[in-house]
Amino acid sequence: MARITVTVDGMRFTHEVEPRTLLVHYLRETVGRTGTVVGCDSSNCGACTVLVDGESIKSCSVLAVQADGAEIETVEGLAAGDGTLHPVQQAFHEHHGLQCGYCTPGMLMRTVCLVRENPEPTEDEVREGLKGNMCRCTGYQGIVSAVMAYSQAARDEEVGR
Amino acid sequence: MSTAPDAPSAQDERTPEIGRARLRREDERALTGRTRWTDDMTLPGMLHLSVLRSPVAHASITELDTTEAARAPGVVGVWTGEDLPEQGAMPTAWTVSDDMRTPPYFPLSVGSVKHVGDIVAVVAATSKEAADDALELIDVDYDELPVVVDPMVAKQEGSPLVHPDLGTNVCATWGLDSVTLGTGGDAAAAIREAESDPDQVVVRRTLRQNRVTPAYIEPRSIVVDPTAEQVTMWSATQVPHIVRILMAMTQPIEEHELRVVAPDVGGGFGGKLQFTREEALVLLIARRLRLPCKYTESRSESMQSSHHARDQVQELTLAARRDGTITALDVDLTADMGAYLGILTAGIPLLGGFMFNGIYRIPAYSFHCTDVFTNKTMTDAYRGAGKPEATFGIERMMDELAVELDLDPIEVRRRNWIRPEEFPYATVAGLTYDSGNYDQATDKALAMFGYDELRAEQRRRREAQDPVQLGIGVCTFVELSGLAPSRVLGGLNYGSGGWEHSTIRMLPTGKVEVVAGTTSHGQGHATAFSQIVSDELGIPFEDIVLISGDTASAHKGMDTYGSRSLVVGGMAIVGAARKVVEKARPIAAHMLEASTDDLEFAGGRFSVKGTGSGVTIQEIMISTWLAHDLPDGLEPNLDADCTFDPENFSYPTGTHLAAVEVDTQTGRVTVRDYVCVQDVGVLVNPMIVDGQVHGGLTQGIAQALYEEIQYSDEGQLTSGTLADYLVPAAPDVLRYRTDTTVTEATTNVLGVKAVGETGATAAPPAIVNGVLDALRPLGVTDITMPCTPPKVWTAIDEARRTTEGQVTA
Repeated sequence: MARITVTVDGMRFTHEVEPRTLLVHYLRETVGRTGTVVGCDSSNCGACTVLVDGESIKSCSVLAVQADGAEIETVEGLAAGDGTLHPVQQAFHEHHGLQCGYCTPGMLMRTVCLVRENPEPTEDEVREGLKGNMCRCTGYQGIVSAVMAYSQAARDEEVGR
Repeated sequence: MSTAPDAPSAQDERTPEIGRARLRREDERALTGRTRWTDDMTLPGMLHLSVLRSPVAHASITELDTTEAARAPGVVGVWTGEDLPEQGAMPTAWTVSDDMRTPPYFPLSVGSVKHVGDIVAVVAATSKEAADDALELIDVDYDELPVVVDPMVAKQEGSPLVHPDLGTNVCATWGLDSVTLGTGGDAAAAIREAESDPDQVVVRRTLRQNRVTPAYIEPRSIVVDPTAEQVTMWSATQVPHIVRILMAMTQPIEEHELRVVAPDVGGGFGGKLQFTREEALVLLIARRLRLPCKYTESRSESMQSSHHARDQVQELTLAARRDGTITALDVDLTADMGAYLGILTAGIPLLGGFMFNGIYRIPAYSFHCTDVFTNKTMTDAYRGAGKPEATFGIERMMDELAVELDLDPIEVRRRNWIRPEEFPYATVAGLTYDSGNYDQATDKALAMFGYDELRAEQRRRREAQDPVQLGIGVCTFVELSGLAPSRVLGGLNYGSGGWEHSTIRMLPTGKVEVVAGTTSHGQGHATAFSQIVSDELGIPFEDIVLISGDTASAHKGMDTYGSRSLVVGGMAIVGAARKVVEKARPIAAHMLEASTDDLEFAGGRFSVKGTGSGVTIQEIMISTWLAHDLPDGLEPNLDADCTFDPENFSYPTGTHLAAVEVDTQTGRVTVRDYVCVQDVGVLVNPMIVDGQVHGGLTQGIAQALYEEIQYSDEGQLTSGTLADYLVPAAPDVLRYRTDTTVTEATTNVLGVKAVGETGATAAPPAIVNGVLDALRPLGVTDITMPCTPPKVWTAIDEARRTTEGQVTA
């Protein structure tokens, strides 16, 4: 067993974990944050995407022990404390960027990182930036529209500041 | 309807909900991670199950030793088929013919395995890791047997037998003939006549439907809690009601002892329309141990064992006069069942049998289907279930006919399709299409697409011998959706009714609970159904909530598949809402001191004709609950039930046009533009309709270009993960251009048609027709799906060699 300390959505946790435990299983089963989900066992689907120290990563492809000391952001930390949706969540809602919702946590976290890295993406760049996240329901059209709208909203917010 | 001018009701001016692109009320939970998927659940004392799957396609099990596994850390128990004598055989719900052969199929295999992924043992342990570790300690000796993977080989005499006791690999044969049906002439005779008639042509083709899999993103998961009087099963299923009844009919539990809940379910597409062995196993083990148990499949297990789909060989013969008028169609279908029968397996090709005629006037039709066993995972429903296969067959043949006669593919279709004035139209396959206008949708699609301009560009590129050729793919389709009329299903030996149920529960405060027998896994039922009820009862959208997916609270239903939620389930909701209004009417009359005949109901309010007095249905509800002053003999209750059984299927239609670019040097196909104009009747929520269309199109394009379940000759699954089974990602597809035309359905009161399966049905032929349209000048006449770069390149290369050979000779 190994001892790790992580911050998840602003809360600090210290746990003993088996060295083989994947970060996604640690988040779901030990921390109890089930918003992040598992879709495959080959790191192809992206459903488990979270932010680790600001970078989007597939939490099935790293060990919990590798996240020791890291700051982790999950879908459960996106909305404000009063329940107000984060602009990325609002954009997905308004553009029908989800149907069953299973890929949504990973899509949202990937989008936050994508737009941070490229604040003014073209539609092609958005599609390319989402290629590691699979959605079987929407055909991506609503998702792509949502990401474009979110990037615009993020830019507007910058300008407004 | 008149409203007293001095007393306009605010609700009379409300904007209708139906037709409004209302944002979905189900989104917030998913967006904030507050969903509850089955795998999220943990119960006190819960054990974890893992199953041992066969690594070989066909074998006798000569030894199966679980001793060491049973002693492993954390392991509570290990069971093989022999250790579970109480397990019942898994059911199939569709016996398509009297002589259909149903092979033994148990939750745990007994004595032999029939495909890679077949289940041989189950372990229960205190953690998933411990259960997985223990699987490796189970000792199995497989005595491998001959394998058959190709259905055309499997149906031949002397091929290896999947189930030797059956003495054949043929599961069933089934047919349709327009002579027997009384709907048309003798297809065989018409084809013979055409062959010797210089004024006619006969086109024969053998087409293949690639084996694909629904590939929902949420893996299947099951939790069973046996600790209360009623056992509760949570399952990532589309069909909780069907699972409950089939479990009770085949496994050692009575129906009233079991509650099945489908909590949040992550995708389905038919893939979760199944009663699975894993569901049965979790129940059996949980009841043995008297402890809650969970099983969640891995993606690799899903690829091996959750059902696959399509996998057909279609031998088609189309006869037509030289002016393009079709005179006969014959279809000889070989359908791969895989090794076992799921609940609908044998019925899927049968459904297609009704749709090979498409939207066309075909005077003679014969259909013959052979269902065959192979050493592969079973096939069953996937988005469209039989109809995409049939649509592919006829729409590919229409293009082949166009080429044969040197006609434009749109023109050859126009000359054959059913005219608007001919509806309702009795088809040669025995169905009655209620409404449609194929010219309207096609003309709109052609204009949106810029058909003539694209044809001109195509000519230019051909003349310039551009290495990237342009192809235009056409598909005009009709769907058979909303699996229903129970009498019709009975005639097809389908082991279930097709009705749907709803209850409207009027709460004392005027709020409404809509209980539906269908369950949502992304289709937006909570939003769409609330919109319908809001209009029916004149109650604000926000005052309505949907309850579904739990056999305890939504006690009756046939669940969600085959695009039946709106056209069947939605009508049950309408029926229940209208009964609520009729129950409220005498109470309103009593409250208003008027005769019921003098009342009119609009915008949620009963009013007395010609006066300003009125009362809302929400006010009536609280008065009913108080029950202080009800008319004599009336129950204090405004709830109502409706079980709706429609008189006909639903027939959405449309025209799809694809512009594809094919790089002749690499074989890469790129979809440049995709236009579809569909007629799905009245739109309840246009945003949700668009979403359904986009998703279906993507799955259809994926079948045409990317996806294929592949087996080696030894029956090894060589596309067993998402790394080698190519589900498209965002860069692989494009922004679709979609629109609608509306001819109202005449078979339901809202005039709605189904939509969920349309994209997956129409896109494969549209894309493949486009690829071939690009490559015909190079001599390419067929490419089987998926049209991957190596396959396209090889087809071009082979065609070039053939042409060069002819030139040299």
